[in-house]
Amino acid sequence: MIRKRSSMHLVAFSYLIAAIATAPDLGAQSIPKIRFEKYTLPNGLEVILHEDHSTPIVAVDTWYHVGSGDELVGRTGFAHLFEHIMFMGSQHVAVGQFDQVLEAAGANNNGSTTEDRTNYYETLPSNALPLALWLDSDRMGFLLPTMDLPKVDLQRDVVKNERRQRVDNVPYGRADEIILAALYPKSHPYSWPVIGSMTDLSAASLGDVQNFFKTYYAPNNATLTIAGDFDPATVKKLVSQYFSGIPRGPEVKRRVTVPAVSIPRDTFLVLEDKVQLPRLFYTWHSVKGFSKDDAALDLLAQIVANDKNSRLYKKLVYEMQIAQNVSAFQDGSRLDGKFQIDVTPKPGQKVSDIDKVVRTEIANIINTGVSQRELQRAQNVYKASFLNRLASVLGKAEVLNSYNSFVGNPDYVQQDAARYDRVTTADVQRVAKTYLGRPKIVLTVVPEGKKEMMLTASGGDR
Amino acid sequence: MKLRALMAFTALSLLSIPLRAQVVDRTKPPELGPPPRVSLPPILTRQLPNGLRLMIVEQHELPLADFVLLVGSGGTADPAGKTGVANLTASMLREGTTTRKSLDIADQTSFLGVSLNPQASWESSTLSLHTPTAQLDSALALFADVALHPSFPTNEFDRIKKNRLTELLQLRDQGPAIANQAFPAILYGSGHPYGAPLIGTESSVTGLTTADLQAYYQTNFKPNNSTLIIVGDVNPAQIEQKINSLFGGWQRGDVAPLTYNEPPKAGTTTIYLIDKPGAAQSSFRIGSVGVPRSTKDYFALTVMNTILGGSFSSRLNQNLREARGYTYGAGSRFDMRRAAGPFTASAEIVSAKSDSALIEFIKELNGIRQAVPADELSRAKRYLQLQLPGNFETTQQIASALVPVALYGLPLDYYNTYVQSVEGVTQADVGRVAQQYINPGSLAILIVGDRKTIEQGLKATNIGPISVRTMTGQTVQ
Repeated sequence: MIRKRSSMHLVAFSYLIAAIATAPDLGAQSIPKIRFEKYTLPNGLEVILHEDHSTPIVAVDTWYHVGSGDELVGRTGFAHLFEHIMFMGSQHVAVGQFDQVLEAAGANNNGSTTEDRTNYYETLPSNALPLALWLDSDRMGFLLPTMDLPKVDLQRDVVKNERRQRVDNVPYGRADEIILAALYPKSHPYSWPVIGSMTDLSAASLGDVQNFFKTYYAPNNATLTIAGDFDPATVKKLVSQYFSGIPRGPEVKRRVTVPAVSIPRDTFLVLEDKVQLPRLFYTWHSVKGFSKDDAALDLLAQIVANDKNSRLYKKLVYEMQIAQNVSAFQDGSRLDGKFQIDVTPKPGQKVSDIDKVVRTEIANIINTGVSQRELQRAQNVYKASFLNRLASVLGKAEVLNSYNSFVGNPDYVQQDAARYDRVTTADVQRVAKTYLGRPKIVLTVVPEGKKEMMLTASGGDR
Repeated sequence: MKLRALMAFTALSLLSIPLRAQVVDRTKPPELGPPPRVSLPPILTRQLPNGLRLMIVEQHELPLADFVLLVGSGGTADPAGKTGVANLTASMLREGTTTRKSLDIADQTSFLGVSLNPQASWESSTLSLHTPTAQLDSALALFADVALHPSFPTNEFDRIKKNRLTELLQLRDQGPAIANQAFPAILYGSGHPYGAPLIGTESSVTGLTTADLQAYYQTNFKPNNSTLIIVGDVNPAQIEQKINSLFGGWQRGDVAPLTYNEPPKAGTTTIYLIDKPGAAQSSFRIGSVGVPRSTKDYFALTVMNTILGGSFSSRLNQNLREARGYTYGAGSRFDMRRAAGPFTASAEIVSAKSDSALIEFIKELNGIRQAVPADELSRAKRYLQLQLPGNFETTQQIASALVPVALYGLPLDYYNTYVQSVEGVTQADVGRVAQQYINPGSLAILIVGDRKTIEQGLKATNIGPISVRTMTGQTVQ
């Protein structure tokens, strides 16, 4: 099956899921430094190069510093729709040619959109690197001359089908957008999902595409990272040949602040869906990525729900066996963040009984903290994820781009890993108290016609 | 008019780019140098006295290693009426050993920062370990204990069983999952192991006991029925010694080879319809019984399927997604196992276009039987040949690539001759295998969707009679 051009939300979280290994003795397994060179073309395009000759392949990974968080009300989902349109050919590349020539060269390629950025990448045999530079520079510099409404309409249909496949035709799929709309004020750019609404996708026009391109898709709003088997002198020459003629665009002013989030009291919501079992979602406003308490909240999520010995899994799924599964995550993005726990009760179990356990376990962490062993397990799982992200050239390109974008320094993997090493049990207890002590959004997704199954303020199902 | 004016303005503004900046010819793709010569890492093989085969590949880029214990029995070795045993046996490996409790295994796994994953598939059961080499010894001790000394505790089994039954209940929420389970049931019926779901059915799982799992384990988990794949930052001599001390005491035993019933003969093309009221998309699974992994047509089929539905620029995806926008992605595949697995073309289609999409699917399945243009054939071959090195980048990828080599007895130089084997596929070969294995007159077409809104349109295509089925693919009584 083909899965392309996905909308991707929790980047950090997905790394964790993919992740695996580490040393219990934190000193024993150091995270290697990624050597790189960074420079900027006169037109503002940032270039990051990392050589790795272990396999004769190369990853070309372009980040545009724009995401759904830059969208306007009424055009939600546009950044991601635009990402799709970027594969529809450009002035010198016919419709359909993009994927055809890449696949015939042995390349795999894709793109993805988050709240904060849009990426486009190819992994190719090392001889095919000029092909990626030709295609990527053509869509950076020459997208609009051959842009027309049929291209937009076609990808609009594809994206609507992506939304159906990921959201509308998926059990609990609409929970996320209900939660975001309840958690953030309407003018907050994280109050809508990356995939957007059907209405807004229908409203997107050719003019929107042209304006968005002119506003955000200039070399001075992009970073081109190349990692793998190449000769740096040759690559620099090629990059200059393909990209330096693309004119600089107007300065991009990205939002730096967001409207304040205010949840004065616990808010209980219900959504009916075509599901056999209800599911409870607890969401707290937390902090943005890389801010002071972000790492401690990541570890708290691990301790609360992400392995068999975690507090809620052990209690609800392993011992009492009243829940089918439970998960938790801290989602720290560029501008803001949230902490979420979700639980699916087993057939016949009441959400109110689940809720009692959730409240008790959170109170236990707030009141008596976590053990050193619990923290160490969580830290080791995190540490493992850092090593695994460096196993492929595309992984390394993403790491360099990600740090470059979020902390302004590609060379940050060791510092990032150190953030997790520094967290203490007192930190975990403190962040639990600070953030999980706040009023929250509680959504119960219930089977159609079973609204009475929802969790209410009185703590009980009605 | 307005649109036109805007376009003209855009084109004009781009003309203002200074011409001297155009230092490359953008009008055609750059000439590429020859593809890099690929030599895939050598595979060292060893055999312990008890028959356990080792396949070792050194890869020293990062301090990581992957281990896959591949047992040559999977779901097809489930005893009659006990479907789901292999799957539950694999799940129970982490639920307790003679010296470690379930929670201890989980604690050590997280504490070591390793991943330890058991899994059953059709023809094999695997236990995979991914570990940093800094704590290789502790990780290997855990791995070997879980593999060799599972105790199948009753209390843990009761929990896992309830969990599995709830999973089966939740499956009803998902159209694509319903389709994935019902399609093989329709193709193979109840008399063939591929017709039953790997995770079992509500009735089979309900009836299982730990004795069934013990028996499955005792029968199939034998060193002479297994290969241990080792890839990563290891020294072959040292690792062989470690493995010998951990796995050397594993007792060999006879494992009877499996026999497979013939799958039922395909009937004339029929549309099987499973109602999923209100579904936003229809889940399409179209195909027939395909071929075993041992087929001499492996490379011809692989090239043919790449053209039909095995890549992004394949015909099915180009037509259904990129030309018509009916879906987020369409494709096709041959699942090749010890016996003939299914050939399946699939997509999730917006409900309102179910009839139109069916017509296009059938058009493509007919079209691939016509002569394939030389340039399209060439693109597919280049794709398969040139992306090969990228599949051998990480230790996990290399370990996965070795699984079929071990399981199906492929030659150790299989990947080194892969490029040549693909190159040998001719236009005539592609035509021949398409004609032989894709028969538009005898397809099973399964569509899981909103019957109320899609049935009339599907009927009107006249592609085949409609047979309404239950959620598990059975005839409605």
